Amino acid sequence: MHSILKASAAALALGAIAVPATAEDLSGTLRIISDMSNPAPRAVMEGLAAEFDALHPDLSVELEIVDREAWKTQIRNALSANPPDVVNWYAANRMLPYVNANLFMDVSDLWAEPEFEALASTKGAMTINDAQWGVPYTYYQWGVYYRADIYEELGLEEPATWDEEIANCQAILDSGRKCYTIGSKFLWTAGGWFDYINSRTNGYDFHMALARGEIEWTDERVRQTFANWRQLIDMGAFIDDHQTYSWQEALPFILEGEAAAYLMGNFAVAAMRDGGLTDDQLDFYQFPVINPDVDFAEDAPTDTFHIASGAQNVEAAKEFLRFVTSADVQSRINGGDALGQLPVNANASVSDDKFIQQGFDMLSNNAGGGVMQFFDRDFPAEMASVGMEGLQEFMVFPDNLEDILLRLEDARQRIY
Amino acid sequence: MAIAADPVRAETARRRGWYKRNEISLTPWLFLLPGILFFAVYVIIPIFQSVWISFHEWDGLGEKQWVGTDNYERLLGIDGTRWVEGEPVVVGTNPETGAEIVQIPMVLETELNPETGEEEVVIVERNMDRKFEISFWNNVKWLILYLLAMPAGLFIALFLNQTVAGIRLYKSLFFFPFVLSQVVVGLVFSWFYLPREGLLNGLLGVFGLGPLNILGDPTLATYGIIAAGLWPQTAYCMILYLTGLNAVDPEQVEAARLDGAKGWRMLWYVILPQLRPATFIAFVVTIIGALRSFDLISVMTNGGPFGSTRVLSFYMFEESLSEFGFRMGYGAAIAVVLFFIMLGFICYFLYSMWRDEKGAR
Repeated sequence: MHSILKASAAALALGAIAVPATAEDLSGTLRIISDMSNPAPRAVMEGLAAEFDALHPDLSVELEIVDREAWKTQIRNALSANPPDVVNWYAANRMLPYVNANLFMDVSDLWAEPEFEALASTKGAMTINDAQWGVPYTYYQWGVYYRADIYEELGLEEPATWDEEIANCQAILDSGRKCYTIGSKFLWTAGGWFDYINSRTNGYDFHMALARGEIEWTDERVRQTFANWRQLIDMGAFIDDHQTYSWQEALPFILEGEAAAYLMGNFAVAAMRDGGLTDDQLDFYQFPVINPDVDFAEDAPTDTFHIASGAQNVEAAKEFLRFVTSADVQSRINGGDALGQLPVNANASVSDDKFIQQGFDMLSNNAGGGVMQFFDRDFPAEMASVGMEGLQEFMVFPDNLEDILLRLEDARQRIY
Repeated sequence: MAIAADPVRAETARRRGWYKRNEISLTPWLFLLPGILFFAVYVIIPIFQSVWISFHEWDGLGEKQWVGTDNYERLLGIDGTRWVEGEPVVVGTNPETGAEIVQIPMVLETELNPETGEEEVVIVERNMDRKFEISFWNNVKWLILYLLAMPAGLFIALFLNQTVAGIRLYKSLFFFPFVLSQVVVGLVFSWFYLPREGLLNGLLGVFGLGPLNILGDPTLATYGIIAAGLWPQTAYCMILYLTGLNAVDPEQVEAARLDGAKGWRMLWYVILPQLRPATFIAFVVTIIGALRSFDLISVMTNGGPFGSTRVLSFYMFEESLSEFGFRMGYGAAIAVVLFFIMLGFICYFLYSMWRDEKGAR
């Protein structure tokens, strides 16, 4: 009812102004459902919609913002009944169910345009069955955020290799602290650790082959990953009882200096600054080398826009996708005062925030292995949920590894 | 008799129309109609739909694929045939692009028997789905331990069934947890159980025990959640027993006292038999409450650690409706199993009510 009213109000307004519409000009209504519900992203999204609306006088933009967590289950209904034109979602395998069900529109024609060459770095993550199904608008790096003041107090340097990492950790443990905080109640945080240790041990290609179900979970190389991980677990590197905490509930440990570092996405920086850490106390380093024969692969999850295949206003939707991927818009929405993340467009300017700069440098110059989307986006949904549960169990009871691997292998054979 | 004998009145009665003549028998049905309609649309029909979906493989988005009892065989670990994706079939062409629309049907897995040279259907060995097994036994734990709310509620009711100043206030305070939302109860208890800051570990520390991370320990977590659930459920049972105690016949108590009954014997032989209706209702609501134990689990542990606190309803939600759940058919099969467990209890409840009514007549 709401949308009908709004549309007719817009039609009335258009009739009153009676601007002669040119052939290229977009008209009608563009309906967007967005999951950018946190305060800063919400302001960005509302700004985008208003700006696009102002750019096209004959077009009225209707924006509906849905809670980010709720959207993960609501998107199914939203896309299948009375679909909007544009929706938010995530790259890589998270798109697969909707691509398979023909709910996302193939936007390969957009990607064929010359402007889209600036987005080449994420083209792979947007591709399924040799076609592209959406466009990225932001991404962010993962890495180790650590307490520089604690490192300084103990005379430690940012580790570059696994041995240095272990040595650092031992020194931190000896000082009565924990090396890492983590809250694994909602499982995905353990996925980050697996992504990094596995890709550093066996390389990006192996990791992605595992994600595609081409490698057995009982493979010797997978076991090596868990053996490396276990070194840290056996040292007591992680905080106790992490299975009870969410990632936010694990923050006080680093804020109060009970743990020295946090393997996280860049979104955690805002929370840590809010918690009272200054930029002098907080710093960032790239996850260290484990196997010198493999190149760095980095987790850098990409958030995206898609056109629903049932879209009513396809022209306007495509224009909106061109709009959000343009260098100018990408620079602005990813700025330190907006999303505070990395622009995907190579011609966009990067915020001068310390962490965004470090992340940008790392991903541009030091991620030769490849860019991972994150455990729950690279692995198919079912494998991700079974997998992350196993990873959490491993972190609490590493002795159960054999049983966990058999279970995951069983799931792999059923799912793929 | 006079009416029947009067031809004029009989004629008017006939002319009054079909509805007027059947008013007495029809009106109740008219009043029931909206209820029946909604009950059918929201309860009865979905039951059959769930059963129907449970015979398919379906991600909730695309086409349903018939897989027979495959979902149940996987769930319960029955050896049997396996459905796999078969050869793609062209079902039509897209009128706009002219591209072929292809569907991949599910077919029974076959393999070539080297002896006979014929394709034979493969029989696979299965074990019971471990998540299902854990969920089922957790449901059993809930059913048994949740019943503790009845004696606890009775105890508090007996304790509060006295006349002292301010008894109404005490009664309301004891009833209070039942008014709280289950989500709030879950949150409060998860803070109570927190491994470091929690009140529980503070208390244990006083006695030199602990620390204990109840919700983080797969062997204890379910019991921790049940304990949280018992808090409001005890209050509910208490209220039921308090009203029941009001109806206890003082003359019978007096007579029993004259006969020298007191204490346990008084309770067991005189009071409890008179509380039978209250006990029955308390039993029904407690069993139903135990089977509906979804929100507490979702709030307190989200099914974890490593799935050790799942119950059937939560597992069903996870498989079919949650963030990573795309197995509508499998979820529906779990729901059907849960439905039959509930049906067992419902049949028992209906039977005992019917028996009581018959006895009263």
